[in-house]
Amino acid sequence: MTREQTRKIENYIALSLSGLAALAGLFWLVFILGDVLVHGLGALTPDLFLKDAVPAGMTGGGLRHAFVGQLLVTLAATLIGVPLGVLGGTFLAEYARGTHFARVISILADIMVSVPSIVIGAFAYAILVRPLHHFSGWAGAVALAIIMIPVVLRTTEDMLTLVPWTIREAAFALGAPYYKVIIQVVYRGAATGILTGVILSIARVAGETAPLLFTSFNNAFFSTDMNGPLASLTVSIFQYAMGPYDDWHRQAWAASFVITLFILGLTIAGRALLKWRYKK
Amino acid sequence: MKKILSIAVLAVVLSSSLFAAQAAETLNGAGASFPYPVYSAWAFEYNKISGVQLNYQSIGSGGGIKQITERTVDFGASDAPQKPEKLATGKLLQFPAVVGGVVFVVNIGGVKSGELKLDGSTACKIFLGDIKKWNDKQIEAMNGGMKLPDADITVVHRSDGSGTTAIFTDYLSGVCPAWKDKVGGGTSVNWPVGIGGKGNEGVANYVAKTANSIGYVEFAYAKQNNLVHTKLKNKAGAFVEPSFASFENAAETGTFDPKQDFYLWLTNAPGKNAWPIAGATFILLAKEKTEANKKVVKFFDWSFQNGDAKAKELVYVPLPKTLKDKIRGYWKANGIL
Amino acid sequence: MTTEAKKRNIPDLLFSLLTGLASFTIILLILGILATLLTESWPAIRKFGFFRFLFTVEWNPVKEVFGAASTVYGTLLTTFFALLFAIPTAIGIAIFVTEIAPNFLKGPIGAAIELLAAIPSIIYGMWGLFTLAPIMSKYIEPALQKWFGSLPVLGMLFRGTPLGIDLLTASVILAIMIIPFTASISRDSFNLTPSVVKESAYAMGATQWEVVKDVVLPYSKLGVFGGAVLSLGRALGETMAVAFVLGNNHRIATSLFDAASTITVTLANEFAEADSDLYLSSLYYLALVLFGLSFLALATAKLFLLRAEKKYSR
Repeated sequence: MTREQTRKIENYIALSLSGLAALAGLFWLVFILGDVLVHGLGALTPDLFLKDAVPAGMTGGGLRHAFVGQLLVTLAATLIGVPLGVLGGTFLAEYARGTHFARVISILADIMVSVPSIVIGAFAYAILVRPLHHFSGWAGAVALAIIMIPVVLRTTEDMLTLVPWTIREAAFALGAPYYKVIIQVVYRGAATGILTGVILSIARVAGETAPLLFTSFNNAFFSTDMNGPLASLTVSIFQYAMGPYDDWHRQAWAASFVITLFILGLTIAGRALLKWRYKK
Repeated sequence: MKKILSIAVLAVVLSSSLFAAQAAETLNGAGASFPYPVYSAWAFEYNKISGVQLNYQSIGSGGGIKQITERTVDFGASDAPQKPEKLATGKLLQFPAVVGGVVFVVNIGGVKSGELKLDGSTACKIFLGDIKKWNDKQIEAMNGGMKLPDADITVVHRSDGSGTTAIFTDYLSGVCPAWKDKVGGGTSVNWPVGIGGKGNEGVANYVAKTANSIGYVEFAYAKQNNLVHTKLKNKAGAFVEPSFASFENAAETGTFDPKQDFYLWLTNAPGKNAWPIAGATFILLAKEKTEANKKVVKFFDWSFQNGDAKAKELVYVPLPKTLKDKIRGYWKANGIL
Repeated sequence: MTTEAKKRNIPDLLFSLLTGLASFTIILLILGILATLLTESWPAIRKFGFFRFLFTVEWNPVKEVFGAASTVYGTLLTTFFALLFAIPTAIGIAIFVTEIAPNFLKGPIGAAIELLAAIPSIIYGMWGLFTLAPIMSKYIEPALQKWFGSLPVLGMLFRGTPLGIDLLTASVILAIMIIPFTASISRDSFNLTPSVVKESAYAMGATQWEVVKDVVLPYSKLGVFGGAVLSLGRALGETMAVAFVLGNNHRIATSLFDAASTITVTLANEFAEADSDLYLSSLYYLALVLFGLSFLALATAKLFLLRAEKKYSR
């Protein structure tokens, strides 16, 4: 075999392997999503959304209490996390632009994004559950908010930086104070980007289970009391999937389908928004 | 941006109005997974007649003791009775709620419920990892030459702190000195072999999914999930089936003493037909939380009066009337009835 | 900053203070988490020390002897195998998406792979338990045992009963979860390779693979490495996906078919129910170790990515 031929064969093999890798990635995606779809669609019933849980081992009932609990906790987390994140990002991109402080915070925030969520759950238990003597939806919301803050902060910072400096100069020239410039001009320019960050951060926390295990805990009943234990979809999926009852498994699949659809929907919407705003 | 803000404000208003609409009285309990099916069934019925939401979460007896000690719940539940001294340090009250039995469940191709016989020694060796295969001579001899597969035994135990484990390891410690030396008894122990499932639910799930496995669960879980249980040799030397009758026979031998906060193990009971791994499951209350305790007690008083049929249906043994009266006396003495 | 034009007044000062405080929450949170973990684990730190805790295998709630060795070992092992499976795949995907795929496929395939990162970990866990574990125990693991089980040293890894609830299954799931992280960072790094350099290599008659191997990969190795370390950080802290299929066992596993335990899974299973103070304190100690490990990994990743960024922007 000539050297030329070996090179060609080597090339062929390497390229096929990388093609295979891409196929493997797609294979897992299709496999997992297909599985959730098949099991989930079959288990989807109106009862799932309209009824609460029945005692262990009985068939029937639904997860209305978990849907509502999840919604409340995620909403509360968004209300805590988004303002803090947006404001913090504003400081880094505007008042502290280019300073060491801004650099350090933004690196720390990048690291915070990947801090194990179970550690954050343990932290929330220590500061909010044990001292107050009750599991609560709020504790869960705070744990989720802690995960959201760095995500929102970093996107906000990036998006504000993308707004050309000249736009601010123009506003300054009209005599506007900086805060007005930020709120009325810069935020407007970066609104889509910030919104995307918010959407993606919600998608990130809506599927979290570990931080909720010992904060918002779980509840067998329908409750909207944020000061008490609340059911959530993710914790219910954990409980139901690990449990031995077929009906629990069925409901866990259905809940998985709904939550996956919701999160993938948010993610795709966020991505699309970003692309639409910044690529064209 | 403004739009988002107004949506957020609207959301807060909406959710706070939701909180205002929240009127249902709630009680939070957590602990043993052993009585979880019966508590959740009682709570479901109780909610219908009283509107009270009794939220019982099955997180393991260790968790029940822990969370009531931390006062994060209104009551804890444990299958491992706590000694009066320990209750005193944690400022806790304790009373039994229902009696049940722990059974061995196996997943061996072709073996049906009640076909396989075990005794303390073989069970102990399996869980110590000394007997590794199902066709071990000792097992086959006990079963009169029954054909068992030449397959590795997979032991399934609990991964969480569990009263079922406490009852089970108390039983093994009683019948097997080697177990007592090497492992001992407690809500969570250092398992020599096997994989761990979370809760009775998790063990039942793993056994159902794993061929040639053996685990131990509360009987209600075995029954609800059509798992295969074994017969077991008791103290009197008879091979007994786990059943309502054999649990009741074990329960009858015990005398619960309110002065000792009802501290009592029911394992290896001497009765002729007694199931050797029986146990009562207990409720723990925080002594100083009188108001919450009254509500919890009200629930159990209601269950004692109206819940026996449901308990029997799930193969738990309701407490005898004399014991229920003793418990009511205990509640009165502590000013919570 | 050109600040001459900016007017300073009281509302502006207040707003800058407000935003400044908000950005400070990041530092507060990190310090708060660290301080909480330290105080909570203090009894265990005093009792077991640092090295003794890390190298004690026994995790025995009955005797109140707690050591982190088995869980740290489980964490590192699952992470190692996950990286072993994930990184070659991820780099392959990045090569395919940047160099080989026809243009109309590049975007969709890249986006599809990134969707893997959006699937919640609980879904991975559930799918792992109900779908992957049975497949592993019925087909893949017996086959592996047949092929490699009799090899001298390697065979050790394939001993035991294939249950599907073990290290191997957990690692495979983790691998699938982290593929998108490495893949997307590698892709971004590859894309930064100046096309002039690539084109001159092609002009010299290099094959596509040779361009990737000798030009693109060396040029972007910092970024790829950073991506890999980032995935490592992710894998260390993953809880739910492995909680379902790891089997929760506090022993040093020697086979891929053994059940094991990671720090995260131990926390998830035992945290709410540790009934003694020392037990809970030891769990917080584990959390502290995990926090340290992942912080270290993520900081390293960040360092590499920053250096890569600097290099490309030159």
